This record gives sequence, structure tokens and C-alpha cells, in this order.
Amino acid sequence: MSTIPGVGIGLGVAQGPVARMSDPLPAPENTPSTLSVDAETARVREAVHAVARELEERGAQAGGNAQDVLEAQAMMAEDPSLETEVDTRLGAGATAEWAVYDAFASFRDTLTAVGGYLGERAADLDDVAQRVIARLRGVPAPGVPEPGHPFVLVATDLAPADTALLDLTQVLALITSEGGPTSHTAILAREKGIVAIVGAADAASLADGTTVIVDAAAGVVLAAPDEDELQRARNRADARANAASAPITAGALADGTAVPLLANLGKPEGAAEAVELGAEGVGLFRTEFLFLSSTRAPTVPQQRESYRQLLEAFRGKKVVVRALDAGADKPLAFLNDAHEENPALGLRGLRALRAAEDILREQLTALAEADADVRASGEAADLWVMAPMVSTVEETTYFVTLAREYGIKTAGVMVEVPSSALLADRVLKEADFASIGTNDLTQYTLAADRLLGSVASFQDPWHPAVLSLIRTTGKAGAELGKPVGICGEAAADPLLAVVLVGLGATSLSMAPSALADVRATLLEYTLDDARRIAEAALAANDAASARTAAREAAAAQN
Amino acid sequence: MALATRTVRIGSSHGLHARPAKLFAQAAKDAGVPVTIAKDAGAPVNAASILGVISLGIDHGDYVTLTVDGGAAEDILDRLADLLATDHDAE
Repeated sequence: MSTIPGVGIGLGVAQGPVARMSDPLPAPENTPSTLSVDAETARVREAVHAVARELEERGAQAGGNAQDVLEAQAMMAEDPSLETEVDTRLGAGATAEWAVYDAFASFRDTLTAVGGYLGERAADLDDVAQRVIARLRGVPAPGVPEPGHPFVLVATDLAPADTALLDLTQVLALITSEGGPTSHTAILAREKGIVAIVGAADAASLADGTTVIVDAAAGVVLAAPDEDELQRARNRADARANAASAPITAGALADGTAVPLLANLGKPEGAAEAVELGAEGVGLFRTEFLFLSSTRAPTVPQQRESYRQLLEAFRGKKVVVRALDAGADKPLAFLNDAHEENPALGLRGLRALRAAEDILREQLTALAEADADVRASGEAADLWVMAPMVSTVEETTYFVTLAREYGIKTAGVMVEVPSSALLADRVLKEADFASIGTNDLTQYTLAADRLLGSVASFQDPWHPAVLSLIRTTGKAGAELGKPVGICGEAAADPLLAVVLVGLGATSLSMAPSALADVRATLLEYTLDDARRIAEAALAANDAASARTAAREAAAAQN
Repeated sequence: MALATRTVRIGSSHGLHARPAKLFAQAAKDAGVPVTIAKDAGAPVNAASILGVISLGIDHGDYVTLTVDGGAAEDILDRLADLLATDHDAE
């Protein structure tokens, strides 16, 4: 038996045989061909054609965005410029394998040199080249395995195109050797409730077919465990399945301190599932869905109808709606059309809304009207409205004043920029509440673009600098008697949720699938415990040691 | 049967990358006659080559020049120009 450490996502445990994403093929040798130029050309044409058709078929199966990516890849395989490059090399006596490898590499270098978005397309091109070369060699193409039985998937990291094709009913657990807690794999695992360990560097040594226990709660992979260990893991998995079906109680600590557990929602249709999983309200309702699919802002009646649906599903409960958060990763043509070098630092969030104040005013109108509609037909929901990406006290005053003008009773701000956290005592004098967006707060505190893979390792909300800003905000809230909630991936990590409460968070909002684990974990600690665990994490030097320190402090508590 | 050219402003908010590039290269290929695309005064590339189109690094608001050699050149230009002026990222 050997133990491989990593970052666990959630609290689950699973076991099963490993199936690996196949490793990249070794580069072909540039040895002269023993076949005629015509024969080599025919081999390339056949391989390229077969790969293009297969990519198209996979695209049709996957649908959505993945289909566009896969169809573009099919076109790359049969690209006429590429064909010219390949033919030049074949004409000089190269093998089909080398000609394909070298011609793709020359295009890849061009794309990489341009950088940015085009640099990322280089990975798509690599994938096509690998497929064509695999076909020429008569070996399976690299990619998602299909062993024909349920398996534990081991990969370097999963790209969106991979996960689109993954048959989740066959996946027992996920292990990646790279990627952090906000990687695509981690988000997928959380959304779908799959047991996962990410960033397990030594997972590269796991061979196909090896039985492993994936223990997300402990953050370790056990390779080749004995029968006792397998049985214990099975018992834990069963116990957890029972806990998930246990009666749902309101979020609270062991000493009875209430910590309302709320849901993050992106559409009113998600409400029923959230209520079923025990959400005590909505801590973050993203309104972007109303806007992203259109070239113009939706009308007030259109918005009002969506908000009414949402509020009706949560009568008597709290619903926090975030005003439109456009810009950076979700640009909207009608709001911000200017090209920006650093969109994350540009005209986004409340800044963009202020520049197009009509859109904000219409949104507030629709929200107030929907609230009145619901009130008129029975018990009202407790509507709170907040502004995204607020960075100054002045912006806070601006938003709260405007919201009041429309009769919004509870108006607050998102704390995502360090400046707002540092001046939380002044921000919270103006606002009725604050909600900490941990993903953006981490991005701005560590100065690491969330969308950039090369700096993904900085994007870890366990970083003591981030925790310290959360504590500053929590303290200001406690002194002024104003609620400070958390919304963002951080609240879905059960141990981090305990830390956040210890730092002063008064409610936690997360993807509904994470509610059960967080609820169960909170019940194990008192408020004093949570504060001690938080102190241990705060005293660490970096994110990884903060996590370890919190785990040790938590173990000492139990 | 002659060379026909037209200059078009790019409408897609993310420029001629990814999906819009795919749609455009596909349409150029379907035209069945040679079509080239050039950014500003740059060298023209085969418009049916998605890699060629992508590597031009065309952004929103850039001007490109299309050249169609033969066939119903004006009709083909109409179709392709329309495709380039539309904002496909907003669909």
C-alpha cells in the first residue's frame, strides 16, 4: 500500500480500479521513408479523414459548446494550409508520422508565439496531431478511457472538451496530478457530487487497473489497499450515503450557533432542487443568464417574470440577488464594448453598471415589482439586493442610495476587492450587509488572473492573506451588527466553511450539491472550535500549510 | 469570371477566433472557388484554412479584405461579408 497526497474536493470516499487518460504519444523519429511518396500521402489522407469524421461524431454526441470545439478540431485536421505543409515534407521523403508531427508543430509554434487566446488553441491542435499520429500507428488515440466497467479516472488535468465526453455514470472518482481547488475538474466534481482529489502530483505513477481508495476528506489516494481498508472505506461511503438521506436540519454549529446555509443559483429553475437539498434561502442569485444570451438588455417585464419565479419558490426565506455582473470573463456587448488589456481590472461589475445606469435602474425596478407581485399573492420572500465588485465606500453609498430609491429594503455589496475588505468598517456603515466573493477576492489579493492556467496555483482561497481580509470584514460586520455572508467556491469546502465561520461569516452560500457535507461538518464544531481552527489557518505561511494547520487543529478538537 | 474583392469590418465581439472562425472557414470552403482573406494590408491567406484564419489574429472592429476568384463571386462575397459583420459571440 502507498499513500499519495492531494487536495480533496468534498468529504466523499470511493474505491475502484484506475483507468488513465492515456499519456501523449512519443514523438516520431525523422527517419527516411521506405515507402513511395504516393503511399505515404495516401496514409496521411486516410488518417486525417478518419480523425476528422470521428471528431465530428463526438461533437454531435456532446452537443453545446463542446460540439463547436470538436468541429473546429475536425476542420484543423483537414486544413488545406496544413495539407500543403504535410505534402512538402512527404515530397522530401519523410514518413507520414514525421510529416504530420512536424507540420502540426510548425503551426503550433505560430499560434504559441501570438500567445493569449491563440496560444490556448495550440492545445486543440496538439490533440488533433496526437489523434492523427495514433491512427497512423494503429494505437488508441489519447483521451478519455472507455474500459467498459466503472473506473477511477486518473489524468493530468481535465479539459472542458474531455469532461464533455465523459460518461459520468462510469466514473467512480477523479484524480488529477495537476490543477487546484478551482480547476475545471474540481468545479465539475463539486457540481456533480463526484469524489475527487486534485493536484496529487504522484498520481502519475498509478498504473491502469490498480485498485485505489480515493479519500477526499483526508485528501489522500491509497494505492493497492488491503481488504480491511477497502471494507472501512465501503462502510464510510455507506454511512455518508445515509447521512445524505438523513433529515435536513437548519445549518448550525455543535453549540447551536445558527449558520444559515444558502444556495448559489444561476436560474430560477434551479430553485426546486436547492429547496430539496435543504437550502434555507438563496445567498447568491446571479442575474447574468438574463443578459448573456441577448444582444440587447432584457425588458423590465421579462426580468420581472424571472425574478417573480425565483421569489415565489422562496416565500418566507432570504433571497440575495446580485445586480448584473458583466465584464472580465463575461463581457456583454451592450454594456462594455471597449477592448481592455486587463478586463479583470477594467470596467466591470458596478463600474460597468454605473456607466450604463439605465440597465441598473431597470433591474432594480423589475426586482421591486417582482417583490410586490409575490407579496400580493401571499407571504413575501425576504429580498436582499447587492452590487458586484464594489471597491470604494463612495460606490457603496451610490448603490445603496439608488436601491432605496426603488424601495429595496435591504441593500448590500459584494466584497471581492481587497480595498472593500480593508475598509469594511466604513463600507458596512453604509451597506446593510456584505457578501464575500471568495473567487474574485483571491484573484485580486494574489494578483493572479482566474482565467489564466499558468497562475492557477495562486487561486487558492485558503491563502492566509485572503483569510485575513475575510476576518477584517467579519470583524467589521460583528461590530456594526451587520451580516457578512460568503458566496463562492470556498464555502463549499467543508473544513474551509468551518474556518470562514470562525473568521466571522454569518451565513454560507454554495452550490446546492455541497450543502449536505457542509451541514454535517459544521455540526462537529462549536464556535470556539471554529475560531481556534481559523487562527491556526491564519498563522500559516501559505495556502497549503493553512489547510494542513486547520486539519490538524480540527483533529485535535475531536 | 473575374477577381472580386470587398473590405468588411468584423462584428463578432471576440473577433475572428474559435466559433466565428470555424463558421467563416467552413463557408469559404463551401464556396467551392478560391477565397482569400487579408487583415489590413497584410498578406492574404486561404480563407478555407481555419488555421490560416485563426493565425491572422483578427479582433472585433478590424477590417479585412476578401478576394474571390471565379464562380458567382459577388454572391459569395455577399454571403461571406454578412457572416463577418454578424456578432456570432452574442448568439
